[in-house]
Amino acid sequence: METTDFALEVEGLEKGFDGNAVLKGVSLRVPRGSIFTVLGPSGTGKSVLLKCIGNILAPDSGRIVFEGRPLRDPAAREDFRKRCSFLFQGNALFDSLTALENVALPLEQTTSLGKVEIFKRSLKALQQLEMKDFADRYPGRLSGGMQKRLALARAIVTQPEIVLFDEPTAGLDPLRRNAVFSMIAKYQRRFRFTALVVTHDVPEALAVSDHVALLNQGRIAFEGTPAAFAASSESGIALFRDSVEALRQSLAAIRSEQPAIS
Amino acid sequence: MVRQIGQTTLGIVRDTGDFTLFCGRAFLSLSKTRRLPRRILRAVYEQGAVCLPVIAIVGVFTGLVLGLQGYHVLSRFGSEGLLGTLVSLSLVREMAPVLAALMLVGQAGSAFAAELGIQRNTEQIAALETMGVNSLGYLVAPRLIAALLVFPAQAALFVVLGLWGGSLSGSVLLGVDSGVYWSAVERAVEFRDLRECFLKAASFGVLTTSICAYMGFHADRNTSSAGARAVSASTTRAVVFSSITVLIADYVISSFFI
Repeated sequence: METTDFALEVEGLEKGFDGNAVLKGVSLRVPRGSIFTVLGPSGTGKSVLLKCIGNILAPDSGRIVFEGRPLRDPAAREDFRKRCSFLFQGNALFDSLTALENVALPLEQTTSLGKVEIFKRSLKALQQLEMKDFADRYPGRLSGGMQKRLALARAIVTQPEIVLFDEPTAGLDPLRRNAVFSMIAKYQRRFRFTALVVTHDVPEALAVSDHVALLNQGRIAFEGTPAAFAASSESGIALFRDSVEALRQSLAAIRSEQPAIS
Repeated sequence: MVRQIGQTTLGIVRDTGDFTLFCGRAFLSLSKTRRLPRRILRAVYEQGAVCLPVIAIVGVFTGLVLGLQGYHVLSRFGSEGLLGTLVSLSLVREMAPVLAALMLVGQAGSAFAAELGIQRNTEQIAALETMGVNSLGYLVAPRLIAALLVFPAQAALFVVLGLWGGSLSGSVLLGVDSGVYWSAVERAVEFRDLRECFLKAASFGVLTTSICAYMGFHADRNTSSAGARAVSASTTRAVVFSSITVLIADYVISSFFI
């Protein structure tokens, strides 16, 4: 692939906290218009990687390149900021603003659009996420799934080219996890943005992603298609990939060992 | 021992520098903030209107106490006629700007620090930054401008209600002639006293709002606690440091005017 086919390139990214290295030279390339998922066990640095890309944390070393321009360059960083949205693990919705005000905020503060136009676009974004009827509700009065949709509405209202998803299914039950991944896939196809997702939910991620990478102990252990990931026999990959199945089997074994209660 | 003193000193210098940079950035961000008048109006309401009852109650009772105590002290020397002078100068030069600032810190400042702390904890501030919104310009700068308006206005209200309270206890309850009281007030208060009052109030407003904003904004820097406890710790620090700063700044400004 040509360099320009990639929306985002990460080269040798390193980040540590208080002397503990979390990212140890992470490199990956995110193809434009794809859903790219970074998998990995909890605490392996997935969110740190995403926050470095999203410019929330400053990396210790390495490069992040957006459309051929390193983000160290302030102009490139500013451009990236305008064309990128970030979905936080906890949604980071403004609890003192209504759903409509939440969605309107980035337009109000970063564009010179008029009040009527901002209202129209915000309402349209809510409508696209099937949230129009809840425009006057405060985030605290919405369910977890609705809050996720509201956060996505706020993320897409500026028509970003890249959306970064930080653990979008954290703390959700299996049904809601499926719903959130379906939502990402549905709206990614509708709005044609590049989605970079970090998660530890293997089956759901494999079902919707175009590319996956496995981050393990601060390094990329695998990068390729979901099919290649599913077929890989490499021990580290197989161990993580099959961990859910292994847990299920061990639980079944424990149950079978329990004496029957008469 | 020497090392500890050195480390503490370096820490104070670092924090002071960091705080100064924070304030500078907050004021500079004004130019980058969109729809600023609306944000300022909201901040004026949150700092000013919400605190009105407290300022009114404290103002009236401060005047009542000043009138009561002042009358009994002055009557020893047969100088009850100077009650208006005592009450008005005490209020205008010292009590109104200081007590109004302390009340505003207790009510609006603590709420502001806690709100920012929660916004930091729930990544709302990080969300603003990722949206390309200048978080200092959006959250802090309007409050600083509002403080420049609200603190002097509240101090003025405090003076008016305090004078009325002084008149109530001195004239109505203790029998000092009302005309004597109010003419003493009129003669005593000069333009420079009012200038001192408003300068103090505006300075306290900027200082305390900056401190509360700084503490709340950096609630995540607290190394001894996290989450809700970090927010409560940063709010407590904001109120304590702001109150101490008001008293120190009061002495410094007073020394320039006397």
